[in-house]
Amino acid sequence: MLSQQDMLEAERHGRQVRSIYVYEAPVRLWHWINALAMVVLAVTGYFIGKPLPTVPGEAAENFLMGYIRFAHFAAAYIFAVGLLGRIYWAAVGNHHAKQIFKLPIFNRHWWAEVFFELRWYLFLEKTPKKYVGHNPMAQLMMFFFFTVLSVGMVFTGFALYSEGAGLGHWSDLLFGWVIPALGGSMQVHNLHRLGMWIMMTFAVVHIYAAIREDIMSRQSLISTMISGWRMFKD
Amino acid sequence: MTETFYEVLRRQGITRRSFLKFCSLTATSLGLGSAAAPRIAHALENKPRTPVIWLHGLECTCCSESFIRSAHPLTKDVVLSMLSLDYDDTLMAAAGHQAEAIIEEVKKKYKGNYIVAVEGNPPLNEDGMFCIHGGRPFVEVLKETCADAKAIISWGACASYGCVQAAKPNPTRATPVHKVISGKPIINVPGCPPIAEVMTGVVTYMLTFDRIPELDRQGRPKMFYGQRIHDKCYRRGHFDAGQFAEAWDDEGSRKGYCLYKMGCKGPTTYNACSSMRWNGGVSWPVQSGHGCIGCSEDGFWDKGSFYDRVTDIKAFGVEANADTIGKAAAGTVGAAIAAHAAVTALARARQKAGESTSEKQGEN
Repeated sequence: MLSQQDMLEAERHGRQVRSIYVYEAPVRLWHWINALAMVVLAVTGYFIGKPLPTVPGEAAENFLMGYIRFAHFAAAYIFAVGLLGRIYWAAVGNHHAKQIFKLPIFNRHWWAEVFFELRWYLFLEKTPKKYVGHNPMAQLMMFFFFTVLSVGMVFTGFALYSEGAGLGHWSDLLFGWVIPALGGSMQVHNLHRLGMWIMMTFAVVHIYAAIREDIMSRQSLISTMISGWRMFKD
Repeated sequence: MTETFYEVLRRQGITRRSFLKFCSLTATSLGLGSAAAPRIAHALENKPRTPVIWLHGLECTCCSESFIRSAHPLTKDVVLSMLSLDYDDTLMAAAGHQAEAIIEEVKKKYKGNYIVAVEGNPPLNEDGMFCIHGGRPFVEVLKETCADAKAIISWGACASYGCVQAAKPNPTRATPVHKVISGKPIINVPGCPPIAEVMTGVVTYMLTFDRIPELDRQGRPKMFYGQRIHDKCYRRGHFDAGQFAEAWDDEGSRKGYCLYKMGCKGPTTYNACSSMRWNGGVSWPVQSGHGCIGCSEDGFWDKGSFYDRVTDIKAFGVEANADTIGKAAAGTVGAAIAAHAAVTALARARQKAGESTSEKQGEN
């Protein structure tokens, strides 16, 4: 459905202007802010679980863990608010903005495209297809490894944050239930860290796939996330 | 007419002066301020004594041991006097059928108006035969005794969460009290054991104010379990500064740096150790140089090592911590990507070579 429409759109435009406006400004802005927040979150989060070597001097003169935790919480707020903003934009933005939030799982043709993409990545297809938004395979991956996982990270993250913020804090009222539900604070800490690893692993896949497709499928991907326009080379 | 607490205390030879001291002390430890002391005194002088039955299930008696070592002998005397008057098979003088008759008597005489304090938990496998109380499975005695109670106090990690006897694979199916008893207010006072002053504080609160203290999501009194060990730890400054003991005998350890890297569970444990401390405020685990092991948390035996922060997640019969899983996943995916990129480059090179030859052929 979507991809067929995309194909038609791509072909029509491809012949005429050879480029299509895909990602609106708020989506692009969010993408890069979110990417930065994720880097900060992963690095600081890693060092919260496994702190850096002891700093010399008096405790009163140092605040290293404090700053690391501050950066983590600040980036977490940006990440969470960004996610809310992105959900809002999925509601009001163009149809590409909705892609990572819903999967057309009842559409047989979409599934066929997912398997086509899988074969393409497994070198079983000679020529790639062109998509205006995410290809169906990428959409599937984005949905689970970004959207669903991000919501999980926000829930577990704010539940852990509520432990320091104290009983009665909004984070405790909204997310405090997550801790007993998942089997205690220690368990939530560990799951949150595991979530970080999964997300970072997916980020590597995401970046690799974007660069590879940019080269291989003769359409722009990386510059599209900067300019918003998808260019078709032939 | 039932006696009041005050009458019982006076009969036991406690002076009025000592009684008032106890009231002030209790008010302070409950965080109620000095204005509450006269209210506690008034309540104890006028309210009929609420009987307490103290049951022992599958446990090690560390809760009782802690309780009778309550820091201030005064507190111990007062509360213990209140309790031992009724039923506690470890502490009372009566034994055998005589003792068991007391439970029946209290149940009849104070129907719906007594408190059951449970130390330990009932094992449910083999019809509860792993814990026998007076010739019967403990679970039966527990259910019967709790049926007419006003409220139930679950002492310690055993009664609250299951503790060591419920650790995997839990052969006797030891089950926390709140999963066996329903329809009654249950107060969880976890810890292995709980701090003595916390125990006496909870009992005194319930006896004097005639209501259960405010509880959190896990049924624990907020006044003692509202904050983590970490939040009130005197080594917190070193944590924020980034100063850690990295080995048990290193410089940081000697300087009293934060024990986080040694696996201290203070940041994930709700208890009052860091503020009330133990043995009359003498010390507590972190002050003695060892990290908190998180004994007041649900299933603390099954939450990985006491000496790791990033500890094992147990799922699907596999034990691995987040970092080992994460590094393995990232490594595998990284290698897969490198291989994929190499194959892509090869395929592309071959395709280009093919194209150029076909072009040449076309030219020819």
